[in-house]
Amino acid sequence: MWKDLLVERRSKETLNALVFFSLLLLFVFQFALGPDRERLTAALPGLLWLGFVLAGLLGLGRTFVLERENDCWDALLLAPGDKSAIYVGKLAGNVVLMLVVETLILALFAIFFNVDVADALPGLALVMVLATLGLAAVGTLFAAMTAQVRARELLFPVLLLPVQVPVLLGAVKATEAVLLGEPLSAVAHWLKLLVAADVIYVVAGLLTFDFLLES
Amino acid sequence: MTKALGWLAAVALLAGLVMGLGVAPREVTQGNVQRIMYLHVPSVWVAYLAFTVVFVASIAYLAKRAEAADRLAHASAEVGVLFTGITIATGSIWGKPTWGTWWTWDARLTSVAVLFVMYVGYLLLRGMIDEHERAARYAAVLGVVAALNIPLVHFSVSWWRTLHQPPSLMRPGPSSMPPVIVWALLVNFLAFSLLYLYFLARRTRLLRLEAEADA
Repeated sequence: MWKDLLVERRSKETLNALVFFSLLLLFVFQFALGPDRERLTAALPGLLWLGFVLAGLLGLGRTFVLERENDCWDALLLAPGDKSAIYVGKLAGNVVLMLVVETLILALFAIFFNVDVADALPGLALVMVLATLGLAAVGTLFAAMTAQVRARELLFPVLLLPVQVPVLLGAVKATEAVLLGEPLSAVAHWLKLLVAADVIYVVAGLLTFDFLLES
Repeated sequence: MTKALGWLAAVALLAGLVMGLGVAPREVTQGNVQRIMYLHVPSVWVAYLAFTVVFVASIAYLAKRAEAADRLAHASAEVGVLFTGITIATGSIWGKPTWGTWWTWDARLTSVAVLFVMYVGYLLLRGMIDEHERAARYAAVLGVVAALNIPLVHFSVSWWRTLHQPPSLMRPGPSSMPPVIVWALLVNFLAFSLLYLYFLARRTRLLRLEAEADA
């Protein structure tokens, strides 16, 4: 994990591109919605998560790109001991990277769309952490799965998006409530769903990751 | 053996048609359109059955590495996608005259649609990996993750919104349907299950022959 974060911090390759990409997304959202404030407020939670997911898809899809390009894939396969350690490391790296990008996107949203997020920040942070863990848990697993496959750039989102429907619905609904200033208890069932999804995905990832790195 | 199963399925389907079109009475409010239920409900049952088989066979493959388990999962996924498609198509045909629309983003419709794309992704993944053993391994992991995801999709989407009529057969308490309709449905359930087994047997056999031809 530290190695990946270190590489990322030194090169800032993915991060730079993702931040720029999210800025472009904001432009597109603005063009799509026009200047109507009300429509914007209504669509905001969905747009926010659309931004997170698109940035996440790009970021997660690159999880194993370094290994592939630098011919280190075999080293991953040969790594002694429990392969789930690799999974945990990659997952943690992805969660950190995604949270950084999401925070930046959130800040950009607040500035460009003139939304006051300060009050909702603690609730929003909780939702973001829970949903990001879920997204990254499956994303890391699927990234390993598609790393060695033809047309991986296509296959990765095609596999990931349908599986992510529960997490996305939960995250959007919870974000909506939090932005409207409702207490977190009003969306407790969504938060529980997110927690359940996190647990299921992480456990499934830990148990099945071994099988992906066999040959 | 397979042939006998095929004939049995054909006879059962015929009986199902007779029961659905002839014996069962015309529904008062919906008219003859309601009769499509005799196709719709059994096919969604078969779809869920098929994906359960994928789940079990995937676990079996990961544990025992038996080629047969992998072929079973592959065949069952294909048949499952087919019957999910039939479910969606018959549902649309029924929905147009009854609800006045081909499609609506109701909870049950959405979750079946998500199921459909998830397993189409599963088949895509299989198709994109050239090495046989790797394809089997990756697909098994995906088969497990997708199946674990089904309950999450179900809950999230039904909290999201619901419009579909509540299930009328599998629920506690006395059934609201007249016995003749229940019988017509049960015959069709049986017929569709036999048809599923027949397709599964044929497809598994074909996959085995393909593997033998390759070897």
